[in-house]
Amino acid sequence: MNVKSDLFYTKDHEWVSIQGDTATIGITDHAQSQLGDIVFVELPEVGAGVKVGDTLGVVESTKAVSDFYSSVEGNVTEVNSSLPDSPDKLNSDAYGSWLVKVKFTKKNPELMDAKAYSKYIEEEHK
Amino acid sequence: MSTRKTPIYDNHVKHGGKVVEFAGWYLPVEFSGLINEHNAVRKNVGIFDVSHMGEVTVKGERAGEFVRNLVANDTNKLYDGRVMYTPMCYENGGIVDDLLVYKVNDKEYLLVINAANIAKDFEWMKKTNKFGVELKNVSDDYFQLAVQGPKAKELMEKCFNVDLTDLKFFHFKNMTLKNIPCIVSRTGYTGENGFEIYGAWNEGGKLFDAIVAAGATPCGLGCRDTLRLEAALMLYGNDITAETTPLEAGIDIFVKLESGNFIGKDVLVKQKQEGLKRKLIGFTLEEKGIPRHDYLIVDDKDNTVGVVTSGTLSPTLGIPIGLAYVETKKLNDGSKLYVQIRKNKVAIKQMKVPFYKNY
Repeated sequence: MNVKSDLFYTKDHEWVSIQGDTATIGITDHAQSQLGDIVFVELPEVGAGVKVGDTLGVVESTKAVSDFYSSVEGNVTEVNSSLPDSPDKLNSDAYGSWLVKVKFTKKNPELMDAKAYSKYIEEEHK
Repeated sequence: MSTRKTPIYDNHVKHGGKVVEFAGWYLPVEFSGLINEHNAVRKNVGIFDVSHMGEVTVKGERAGEFVRNLVANDTNKLYDGRVMYTPMCYENGGIVDDLLVYKVNDKEYLLVINAANIAKDFEWMKKTNKFGVELKNVSDDYFQLAVQGPKAKELMEKCFNVDLTDLKFFHFKNMTLKNIPCIVSRTGYTGENGFEIYGAWNEGGKLFDAIVAAGATPCGLGCRDTLRLEAALMLYGNDITAETTPLEAGIDIFVKLESGNFIGKDVLVKQKQEGLKRKLIGFTLEEKGIPRHDYLIVDDKDNTVGVVTSGTLSPTLGIPIGLAYVETKKLNDGSKLYVQIRKNKVAIKQMKVPFYKNY
């Protein structure tokens, strides 16, 4: 399973890229593989305030609905508005298809690095 | 009870199936991807392992009477080699299961029932046996494969060197496929032309491999659901349950109230006379979104007037589709209706069912 070394990861299979005080959030290759063909994406409003653990939006495959969550506290500054028209990009390029950018003040202390996340998904499949 | 494997489990794994647990069985949810498999069945031919389904044999002098009493459709119209789809009801008109009835001869019938209901159905059948017939749960004796799609007939004929031209829709024949004695019926759960094959449990893997080698796309449970929903075929537990009657579900063409007694008939006759309080309708959405099981149907004032039983984004039609029970009053008074998707009310538009058919 594809895990990129320069990103952080959550237990809910989101990836997080940190640049200064901006967090860019997406779903991992593992997540898209579990979901199957993704057909629908619901993104938050720009400007929305979020806390760690809040639902940011929803990714739906033909057969399942999956919330994705914020691992930082702050405000949504940008959403990837091209995604709702081409949700299949999440399947073909999970790491290249960011969902939401948040300007944050706090982050989830339990964010994992690539090594820890690789181990985590290995354990999940035992 | 631990999760069981069908005789085709190893072949699924060999062909790259993503295995999940379903109704107590390990089955593939998909192989090459749900949409890919769905399209293969609509355009070409796909194969499904449905060995988890149940089979019950009914044998005896009064087999015909037992079956007519048990189910809502008029099985007295069956002749040898014919198949009929029917709901089976409780005394209160609620549905025990939906099933296929195969008439072998006047003294023998084969009933094909849903995997999740095998134990419940068999107990029910034993309870209603006032006719002295012999009932046997032979679910573990039969594998079942479904070969579905516009090219299904062509593939089956080439693969097995048989002629299926005379095997008409909802009929069955005994045939030998790769030296294995089988029952082959022209039936299916996809809205396409196709066949269902039954044979001795252990032989299932061999036939599965032969049919895949001949060009059928292996298909899993994921596309099985999107295909059947496009065809508006019922899924027990979702669209029909013990709390719904076949009249409410809109499968009243399979309920024959004027020809013989059957369990639940009186309640259904009364319900028909009084008019239905709710009906299962097909619908799409007027904006982006996907309706799902248990989402509520609401009116302008946020009153709950119904519930979604099945929903998806239709791969073939490219639109969201769903089935929902809705209060008949609301359907008749021109009310604007919505499905509650998380925080949003999304307007629905009623659609005729089936959404898709190709046979």
